[in-house]
Amino acid sequence: MTREMTGAKMVVQALKDQGVDVVFGYPGGAVLPIYDEIFLQNDIRHVLVRHEQGAVHAAEGYARSTGKPGVVLVTSGPGATNAVTGLTDALLDSIPIVVLTGQVPTFMIGSDAFQEADTVGITRPCTKHNWLVKDTEALAGTLHEAFHVAKSGRPGPVLVDIPKDVQFASGKYQGPKPSASHYQPQLKGDMEEITELVEAIEKAKRPVFYTGGGVINSGPAASQLLRELVDATGIPVTSTLMGLGAYPASGRNWLGMLGMHGLYEANMAMHGCDLMINIGARFDDRITGRIDAFSPKSKKAHIDIDPSSINKVIRVDIPIVGDVAHVLEDLLKVWKSRGRKVNREALQKWHKQIDEWRAVDCLSFKNSEKTIKPQYALQRLEELTKGRDRYVTTEVGQHQMWAAQYLNFEDPNRWMTSGGLGTMGYGFPASIGAQMAHPDALVINVAGEASWLMNMQEMGTAVQFRLPVKQFILNNERLGMVRQWQELLHGERYSHSWSEALPDFVKLAEAFGCKGICVSDPADLDDAIMEMIEYDGPVIFDCLVEKHENCFPMIPSGKAHNEMLLGEAETQGVIQAGGAVLV
Amino acid sequence: MSALHIKKGSNRHSAYNLRPTFSDVQERHTIAVLVENEPGVLARVIGLFSGRGYNIESLTVAEVDHTGHLSRITIVTTGTPQVIEQIKAQLGRIVSVRDVHDLTVEGAAVERELAILKVAGEGDKRVEALRLADIFRANVVDSTLNSFVFEITGAPEKIDAFADLMRPLGLSEIARTGVAALLRGN
Repeated sequence: MTREMTGAKMVVQALKDQGVDVVFGYPGGAVLPIYDEIFLQNDIRHVLVRHEQGAVHAAEGYARSTGKPGVVLVTSGPGATNAVTGLTDALLDSIPIVVLTGQVPTFMIGSDAFQEADTVGITRPCTKHNWLVKDTEALAGTLHEAFHVAKSGRPGPVLVDIPKDVQFASGKYQGPKPSASHYQPQLKGDMEEITELVEAIEKAKRPVFYTGGGVINSGPAASQLLRELVDATGIPVTSTLMGLGAYPASGRNWLGMLGMHGLYEANMAMHGCDLMINIGARFDDRITGRIDAFSPKSKKAHIDIDPSSINKVIRVDIPIVGDVAHVLEDLLKVWKSRGRKVNREALQKWHKQIDEWRAVDCLSFKNSEKTIKPQYALQRLEELTKGRDRYVTTEVGQHQMWAAQYLNFEDPNRWMTSGGLGTMGYGFPASIGAQMAHPDALVINVAGEASWLMNMQEMGTAVQFRLPVKQFILNNERLGMVRQWQELLHGERYSHSWSEALPDFVKLAEAFGCKGICVSDPADLDDAIMEMIEYDGPVIFDCLVEKHENCFPMIPSGKAHNEMLLGEAETQGVIQAGGAVLV
Repeated sequence: MSALHIKKGSNRHSAYNLRPTFSDVQERHTIAVLVENEPGVLARVIGLFSGRGYNIESLTVAEVDHTGHLSRITIVTTGTPQVIEQIKAQLGRIVSVRDVHDLTVEGAAVERELAILKVAGEGDKRVEALRLADIFRANVVDSTLNSFVFEITGAPEKIDAFADLMRPLGLSEIARTGVAALLRGN
């Protein structure tokens, strides 16, 4: 199927052939020919964002809630540089997105032309791969390769930089041929290693599954296989921030999230286990705490599609390079064929031990009748929205950790948060992307007021495209997590961690033409949340919460999993000089 | 492709099983990277080393397969075994990298470097420089009445030794290519 067409038309054709239905973008001089082609068709919807960073995060929200790559179209120079934060965010969280940037015409490249930037140079370290297309004949092939690379192996962001003369010139268009690519990551795991893991599972007395975003990236089959494996073996399962929803929070083997603000039972299980099975996670520093005290007595297995994740931080005994779904399928086959053995007696004891840890009730908090505690606000949000067709995004900070702790996820692709990069300003545009993909669903962005202000201009996008995203802002007039660290580490000197001159969020909502709700009394909270849910349109929900609440449990920097802080009384002088240099 | 002694396909470098990682000993490894010869590919490789804080002792690059658009980058690097494993895995992740080979662990390899040295001197020193060049099998590629330019090929240590000897004899400039290496045998 080869046809002669202009480069600009090729872009739109390639997007159609890749099954793209939504593009998030912002026009400018160097992409006008492509925008002209978008104008002339009706298959692909274009969402006009208010800032290019918002476009990339929206594409991330779209990608994470659908499993399909998100697509961004921005202009050269500032359009491209504004996309850099989103690209880095997607790289660290392994989110498949395809960013198309305009570029000055090829004959002007290198002349410091108007709105020229070395886009491929700037984005080389923050993309999985990028291309500058200098010839229209190569454009279609490059676009299809870009989608292939973004989706295959460990997913990630890619960027295609298209000079304006390449968009105007004509060439032959070719349809997608993924098999033509040299980039074909290994999907099947090594059967010997898988068998070794099965043997370890059969013998283990205190095993634990430690799952991550890789399970969700691998697709719905991976979550299904994980559930089957966990429930058939009875092995407890914990997850990173990125992996929430792969195993249902209501499942009987669920331990809750692990890590710096993870649950006591999850971290203690990680510390005390004798077999750790890492599935699609990467031993991030938020997870491991102090490396030399990380789960000292366990045998460790690691399933990851990216060979560079294995032995990067923690030395493992059973490395398995492969796609989670493929490996779990083989793992289940081998385990079943060998007679579905586990050490039942030991597992029972292990569950009993875990129940003792669970009885500590690490998420309990002192509620108040006068002020809304942020934890209480999230408990009520969970209670009033569970069971609905719900997608949750977050910004970054205390509210993000509380959301991970107090909201329960039953399915994958329902929870979108900036894990690796920790990008304040991620959640709002991500909620727009998720809502575009799921127009009838309830999409809530759990936010802090400081994070939310970083990309608040996207309110215009939400209103223009009638996206009923709910902005659930836990407003403590503080940069809560910064304030918490200053309290614990810097002698309660709260250097620049409070917001003065915050806007009146209700009036702000009205100014944008949507609804604002402000609530400060715990007694009014339920009604206010219901009003937010039932309103047919975007809502800014300004929830005035306790200003000095700290987020617990917490593994202080430089400490091990079994040295968690559970509450205020334990916080005095716990972080020593060695831990203070860590972030 | 077989002339390059680089196999296609594998992206798993099973050196995990070959020797203990996580030791503190600094090792010197020669790594051959076969890449698609496209704009920016060298920047990707160098950016990986600088971005992740790895060392480059030497790096050579040139196209080796014109029809297949393939270049070979030979990198000499130092690091602990864990860092060396990471370097190889990270190189393997780059989309335009076709294959990565650690010539230091995969078998005996031939390593060669070419250097050009300018030695300026008169009288006995000039004669001595010529005599030593003969011993080291360095060729004279340019001569004036008071200078020579020598060309020498060999392992980096041989070139180091030759340069050390030339220094008191009037070594004024040296240009080195960095190491090119191939596995021995077939």
